[in-house]
Amino acid sequence: MFYRENGQFKTSYRADQQIFPITQDRIAILALLVVAFVVVPSLASDYMFRAIFIPFLIFSLAAVGVNILVGYCGQISLGSGAFMAVGAYAAYNFFVRIEGMPLVVALILGGVSSMLFGIVFGLPSLRVKGLYLAVATLAAQFFADWMFLRIQWFTNYSPSGSVSVSNLQVFGFSLESPFAKYMFCLVLLAVIALLAKNLVRGAVGREWMAIRDMDVAAAVIGIRPMFAKLSAFAVSSFIVGVAGALWAFIYLGAWEPAAFSVDQSFKLLFMVIIGGMGSIMGSFFGAAFIVVLPIFLNQFLPALASVLGIEISTAGVSHAELMIFGGLIVWFLIVEPHGLAKLWSIAKQKLRLWPFPH
Amino acid sequence: MSKKKIGDVILDVKNISLGFGGVKALTDISFNVKEHEIRAIIGPNGAGKSSMLNCINGVYTPQQGSITFRGQEFKHMDSHQVATMGIGRTFQNLALFKGMSVLDNIMSGRNLKIKSNILMQALRIGPAEREEIMHREAVERIIDFLEIQAYRKTPVGQLPYGLQKRVDLGRALAMEPQVLLLDEPMAGMNVEEKQDMCRFVLDVNDEFGTTVVLIEHDMGVVMDISDRVVVLDYGKKIGDGTPDEVRNNEDVISAYLGTSH
Amino acid sequence: MAFFLETLLGGLMAGMLYSLVALGFVLIFKASGVFNFAQGAMVLFAALAMARFAEWVPLYLGIEDPIIGNVLAFIGAGGVMFCVAWVIERLVLRHLVNQEGTTLLMATLGITYFMEGLGQTIFGSSIYKIDIGMPKDPVMILESTFEGGIMINKEDFYAAIIAAALVALLSVFFQKTATGRALRAVADDHQAAQSIGIPLNRIWVIVWCVAGVVALVAGMIWGSKLGVQFSLTTVALRALPVVILGGLTSVPGAIVGGLIIGVGEKLSEVYLGPYVGGGIEIWFAYVLALGFLLIRPQGLFGEKIIDRV
Repeated sequence: MFYRENGQFKTSYRADQQIFPITQDRIAILALLVVAFVVVPSLASDYMFRAIFIPFLIFSLAAVGVNILVGYCGQISLGSGAFMAVGAYAAYNFFVRIEGMPLVVALILGGVSSMLFGIVFGLPSLRVKGLYLAVATLAAQFFADWMFLRIQWFTNYSPSGSVSVSNLQVFGFSLESPFAKYMFCLVLLAVIALLAKNLVRGAVGREWMAIRDMDVAAAVIGIRPMFAKLSAFAVSSFIVGVAGALWAFIYLGAWEPAAFSVDQSFKLLFMVIIGGMGSIMGSFFGAAFIVVLPIFLNQFLPALASVLGIEISTAGVSHAELMIFGGLIVWFLIVEPHGLAKLWSIAKQKLRLWPFPH
Repeated sequence: MSKKKIGDVILDVKNISLGFGGVKALTDISFNVKEHEIRAIIGPNGAGKSSMLNCINGVYTPQQGSITFRGQEFKHMDSHQVATMGIGRTFQNLALFKGMSVLDNIMSGRNLKIKSNILMQALRIGPAEREEIMHREAVERIIDFLEIQAYRKTPVGQLPYGLQKRVDLGRALAMEPQVLLLDEPMAGMNVEEKQDMCRFVLDVNDEFGTTVVLIEHDMGVVMDISDRVVVLDYGKKIGDGTPDEVRNNEDVISAYLGTSH
Repeated sequence: MAFFLETLLGGLMAGMLYSLVALGFVLIFKASGVFNFAQGAMVLFAALAMARFAEWVPLYLGIEDPIIGNVLAFIGAGGVMFCVAWVIERLVLRHLVNQEGTTLLMATLGITYFMEGLGQTIFGSSIYKIDIGMPKDPVMILESTFEGGIMINKEDFYAAIIAAALVALLSVFFQKTATGRALRAVADDHQAAQSIGIPLNRIWVIVWCVAGVVALVAGMIWGSKLGVQFSLTTVALRALPVVILGGLTSVPGAIVGGLIIGVGEKLSEVYLGPYVGGGIEIWFAYVLALGFLLIRPQGLFGEKIIDRV
């Protein structure tokens, strides 16, 4: 009875097209924002920031980017790690080579570089799709792996092959404390997620979904497949690039190319699949799931094992993690291809009727 | 029957031949379509009717022949170009975007006309928002016209076949086309649904002056609403004229009914 | 010149090994239209099974003779792969019959992770040895033509022979036997094949079994060469470009593609590597595949991909 839409009539198209047309949703989102901006910072410990919230924010951002390409536009990509890497290394180079470069500008330039890289490696999507496109994106992944490993210019000729940044600050605020890092990522995520949501509910989003659903028909009604696909690659890799730069600068501090390997690409894809393809909200769900699951398993499995009297090593936990990931992917694809986001909207549907049965 | 002013030739198909590997789908087809008329293409199954529309739309490229639209001749039509020139299309097997709602499907037909670029859409302020609302109004008029208001937020995959066909038509109409290619718009419908569809087609032709090229199997519909008819059989043209002329054409009769030897 | 030939031969033999893994991809795709990303994990799983069984045979069955031990281990591992195939068909494929290719691809990605985890849980995650009696010392050939002769790795040579034999066997299987014909029919059109009475589910189990055995042979050879360890899964990633080059539906294509990539990788590493800091092997195969995707997506021998409206 709390979730009924009765009486909520829209008298203008603008009202009907809002992101959250139902009042209860608006209240919920407001509450969520309050929690994110006020409650979490006051209650969370440094460990929770570092281990849970900051990775969650950054991966959510990356997942939004990947979702745009894979979920909304239907272009399968196994090269997201490469886009993160390009974003990170480009931002790094802009940051350390140009005197006085502001952090935010460096991050955005990282995103732009990743966007250009994404457009180039997105060109095969004009010729092939499905598995073949996946192979093309893997080419991007391995090429980027090699670039940042062997071309010394990118790592500023660092002898160890790894690079680092320090003394980050934005608008005079230092970004040393976990709290500051958290707020910085949160603001960036909120802004970019809003822009992304606007895109997917507008004309460009419809173009992407049209290409995903039936690209021949899309061409016939006047959508240019080339523009739609490349714009999806561009927007997606920009967002993923910024996320990669954040991951490197804020979370890792110091990194090497292996931080953006093909495993990262798979991880992002899994976030999108589990969270829900074609759903901005789903990206958050997926990121939360993938970030929290290992931590949960790390605590839960040894406890379970000791209850059952078996030994389980850390290696054993990580193997279990692999199995659970893999199993969940398959389970979601069979049972609910639209992921957690769909389960969430089904729950909301039930909530609309509650407490009545029908 | 209201007197309709039929204009000059707007679409001219000349000597089109199309083959796939060893199969000849179309052999030397020529016919024209006049502005504001309703032109039917009929023929037994496999005659090449859909292939003909696909050639006009740029989905297939004919090996020979050319298509002239408003005086401009093309050896090969590019799908996107065809859409911008004002030719819209529905599909025999429905090519709807199953993942989107009715509203979004029809809105996608407006994409041609949307001017704001990506950045403006991302920010969604001012002009971008106003443009979105303007197109929403146009689409709502089409939804009213096709009487599908109740389903506008439903994902099209969940609608019954007859309603999906209407959405297909709506999406083509959203392009505000000058020429509308309809590929068996009434296939699989019962009598009432067919009457509704006929009404829509006639209204579109009447109100907006849209030229209609219509593939249809129901002879009653064809004879009733079309101004001129082209008959295809095994990829060749065997009849061309008014419904009455075609009805009495011996080749047409034998193609449909067979001849006794 | 001798050095060039050496590199060439080395590349050819490495290529054969790639082909072995690529074969598994082609088999499953040919018969079910599914691209099995999990092939690499299957190679690892099979190799792990074989390595551990070979260890356990003398331990638990008391049989000391290495040849019998290896054969028993091979049969045991083969049995394991049969179970794997059956379980995958039952739990995963059956439920995804009508889904589009991308969904199936992602499902096999999920299977990959699952099998990696499961394999290491059951069989352990240290590096294991497979010793199937392959000679590991290099040998010099053609000493009369070239001074000093050309060095060939005997192990690679035998591996290449085995791979070639396997390929010949599979080609015969597909072309000449009734099951092979049924497999080709299923690859063409699931529903049509079903309508003429071909039991889809059983066919799929058969195919995944065959692919499993191929994975076992590949795992055996690669494991003998590199040791059985987690990184074997990356071998699958290296074999992907091979199927793109050769064509996803072509068994000979997998061979030719493997040879081209093997040779190309070695030659480019040796001759181009020094100019760009080395490590070309990381991406050479993929960029070559990328080129093919742009010019000839169906590969050298594959069937043309037709999109119907």
